[in-house]
Amino acid sequence: MEHTPPLTISSSKGTFHWVMQRITALGLVPLSFWLIIFLNKCLTAPYINTLSWLKTPLNLICIFTWLVLVFYHAALGLQVVIEDYIATASIRFVAIWGTNLSFIFLVLIAFCQLLNILSIG
Amino acid sequence: MSNINNRPTSPHLQIYRLPLTAVISITHRITGVFLSVGLVLFVYILYSVAGGLNAYALMQANMNLWQVQVIYWGFVYALFFHLCHGVRHLIWDSGKSFANNTLNCFAVIELFVSLMLTLITFIFYLNTEVLWSILHL
Repeated sequence: MEHTPPLTISSSKGTFHWVMQRITALGLVPLSFWLIIFLNKCLTAPYINTLSWLKTPLNLICIFTWLVLVFYHAALGLQVVIEDYIATASIRFVAIWGTNLSFIFLVLIAFCQLLNILSIG
Repeated sequence: MSNINNRPTSPHLQIYRLPLTAVISITHRITGVFLSVGLVLFVYILYSVAGGLNAYALMQANMNLWQVQVIYWGFVYALFFHLCHGVRHLIWDSGKSFANNTLNCFAVIELFVSLMLTLITFIFYLNTEVLWSILHL
């Protein structure tokens, strides 16, 4: 009996995927605590307070880095989940790229909002 | 060929009681998917901050609905759980701590730390004005 492994992803791509998942994870460890502070601000603080807090250089660097890392990390993670549970290659392909494109769409919206925030006041 | 039925079988998930480490492993995956969905909520919050005073006030009112609060704190716990088990994965990736007797110990630490971090965040949330003035954030 012949075993043919699914050749949708080359081994080098697999390594790159694995390494990037870890690099983004390392960055997200400290930024998760920043996120908690940001969310706490948004849910409880007056508007002017949140706005001026977010517009400081450090917080702008944090939100920008967090956005890049978190969407990349989520796309990589969901790709693994999809590959594990969807056996049909064509559906798997559509699911992975559907996820990736949704995340790209979502992160572009987030960047636009960030530019809007910068232009306020 | 008569002993072919006596060969070991893989665990049947419906009747096999998963060890703590396996429960934590699948929870890591479930929280990961859950948090990915939560990114939509994050973009909504950011959208409201960009939308001006009225949009921001509406967002705060929506986020303070108890139904939304339940989901929100679910996200906070999921984040801390995923963070703690993620750190555990990074320790494994460095090639350390594969010994059998450390596995359950780490699992309990992860659960404890993620619960504590959620609790601290909740206290922080309830006493937010006091804490902001102390921290000057």
